[in-house]
Amino acid sequence: MMRKFLLSTMAAAFVAAATPALAAEKAELEHHNWSFQGVFGQYDKAQLRRGFQVFREICSNCHSMKLVAYRNLSALGFTEDEIKAIAAEKQVTDGPNDQGDMFQRPAKPSDHIVPPFPNDQAARVANNGALPPDLSLMTKAREGGPDYVYAILTGFVDAPAGFKVNDGMYYNQAFPGHQIAMPPPISDEAVTYADGTKATKEQIATDAAAFLNWAAEPELDTRHSLGLKVLGFLLVLTAMLYALKRKIWANVH
Amino acid sequence: MSGSQFNNKVIQWFDDRLPIFSMLQHSAVEYPTPRNLNYWWNFGSLAGLMLVIMILSGIFLAMAYTPNEALAFNSVERIMRDVNYGWLLRYMHMNGASFFFVCVYIHIFRGLYYGSYKAPREVLWWLGLVIYLTMMGTAFMGYCLPWGQLSFWGTTVITNLFSAIPVVGDAITTWLWGGFSVANPTLNRFFALHYLLPFVIFALVFLHVVALHTTKSNNPLGIDVKGPQDTIPFHPYYTIKDLFGIGVLLMVYLGVVFFLPNFFVEPTNYIPANPMVTPPHIVPEWYFLPFYAILRSVPDKLGGVIAMFGAIVIFFFLPWIDRSKVRSAKFRPIYKQLFWIFALVCVVLGYIGSQPPEGSMVPLGRVFSVAYFAFFPLLWLISKVEKPKPLPQSIAAPVLKGASVGHAAQPMEKA
Repeated sequence: MMRKFLLSTMAAAFVAAATPALAAEKAELEHHNWSFQGVFGQYDKAQLRRGFQVFREICSNCHSMKLVAYRNLSALGFTEDEIKAIAAEKQVTDGPNDQGDMFQRPAKPSDHIVPPFPNDQAARVANNGALPPDLSLMTKAREGGPDYVYAILTGFVDAPAGFKVNDGMYYNQAFPGHQIAMPPPISDEAVTYADGTKATKEQIATDAAAFLNWAAEPELDTRHSLGLKVLGFLLVLTAMLYALKRKIWANVH
Repeated sequence: MSGSQFNNKVIQWFDDRLPIFSMLQHSAVEYPTPRNLNYWWNFGSLAGLMLVIMILSGIFLAMAYTPNEALAFNSVERIMRDVNYGWLLRYMHMNGASFFFVCVYIHIFRGLYYGSYKAPREVLWWLGLVIYLTMMGTAFMGYCLPWGQLSFWGTTVITNLFSAIPVVGDAITTWLWGGFSVANPTLNRFFALHYLLPFVIFALVFLHVVALHTTKSNNPLGIDVKGPQDTIPFHPYYTIKDLFGIGVLLMVYLGVVFFLPNFFVEPTNYIPANPMVTPPHIVPEWYFLPFYAILRSVPDKLGGVIAMFGAIVIFFFLPWIDRSKVRSAKFRPIYKQLFWIFALVCVVLGYIGSQPPEGSMVPLGRVFSVAYFAFFPLLWLISKVEKPKPLPQSIAAPVLKGASVGHAAQPMEKA
């Protein structure tokens, strides 16, 4: 009876939580083995650096990543000087100065990643009316997370016969409605990896998705390692509390 | 309350002037508790623990949160990224709400099963329901604060319910919003109230405990305590049992916080609120889903709102709807089945509430909404017809079984 009670309560919670997965109409996502999955999962820094290279050379031409600062890149293993150099490639508006004028200066590590367009309207004008979404939280804001990002990046195929693709749109099998305004962004050898990894289309998509997951959940490594310690501690504590409970109650039963 | 003697002179001096230590001694140490409480009785103290966790994590979150429509979303992300262990505070608070409701739902259903709403505990039951209603309001307003897409649209949908009130509905909705749509004034006041209400809950919990300690705990047999042989002191027996329960709850709760922190969240809420874009599917948090299903099952807007609120209000009358003198479902063969059917109906309604209202979900929602409300007249009927099983003579008798007959046969001192 108690088990039933527990099961039904749990079932209520699970049904509720599983809802979004059932609600959205979309193709089944291919599931990848990400290094950051599971309780022991951690980011692969080399992969994140490759992913950042993809973002820097391809994605960031249209997409912003406003919630991430250049200083955060130290988590990927970049040195302070490297981060300064990466930031300095972009110009930001600062000011006003002593004369009351705004001025341009190179970005600093404390600046957030400089967006490719000054505002949403400018982004739309440059992109055929479509607004490229900010990528800071992409893996948390889409059902399927990094698997979804991978599926979108590799989902550009020929439209099935009879499917009308509108002007300026592209067919993507993973996108809801299958019409996406983003042109196919990656192809084999679209980047030349600094670490010599062979840049197949699949490799690029995987690395980009892993990097976006880091951008959305930069705390994941700490969260997982701290979580293991906390649960280990609680396991021992609870076992001892149970033993004590048995001992104290021994004369009541 | 007075009369406790303490060896420590300082404590005695203080206690003679303000009897805090006597009170603690009285209600947390000596407090006579039925000896047969099972683990379902842990969930009251567990809900109390969750309340404390929510208040503490919430206070620290409020130090870094900004309730402004242009800044709220990014201030939450700043907590997640730049505040030391901000992600831990935020994930504890966000998932804490779900675990608070899990504990409270189990606590309520335990009360239903063992008849804890019956005389002399009606006021205790009412206070519990008021706590539950206040929690729902607090949780609803808290969900608005991250200012994601579902925060905005969930708030819009639910506050719009008040427009169903005849004549003054629209005026009330405008007054609630502080404008003509959900906007900055709404966010500001929701933050203010979201900070206030937990302390109201805390005060209500205090009254709940005072009422509990006046009528004393019910127990799985549902029979009255007949004498000291039926009870054991709260400390150390139930303090250690509650501590063990806390250990188990923390493992599950923190397991989710550390390893599945977004388990209960819709991904859509990580998209900043946009009044110009309606998300395809607006769903409330899981703990509201059964009531959401009832709301949508009534074709009339006002009728739906009345049904939804009625689904909770009717519980205030439960002590008189159920006319049986026997408390525990253990000894009520028909009520026991009715209880499990009702629990199942609630779970199914929750599932229906999570689905888009189309196809088979519409008639299913109506059938199960009727089944939900049918529980109460059925209970009223069967509670007179039902023939309860024979009740044990005392709590001590079945617990001690044959092994210590001598003990159970002792003359009752107070009964």
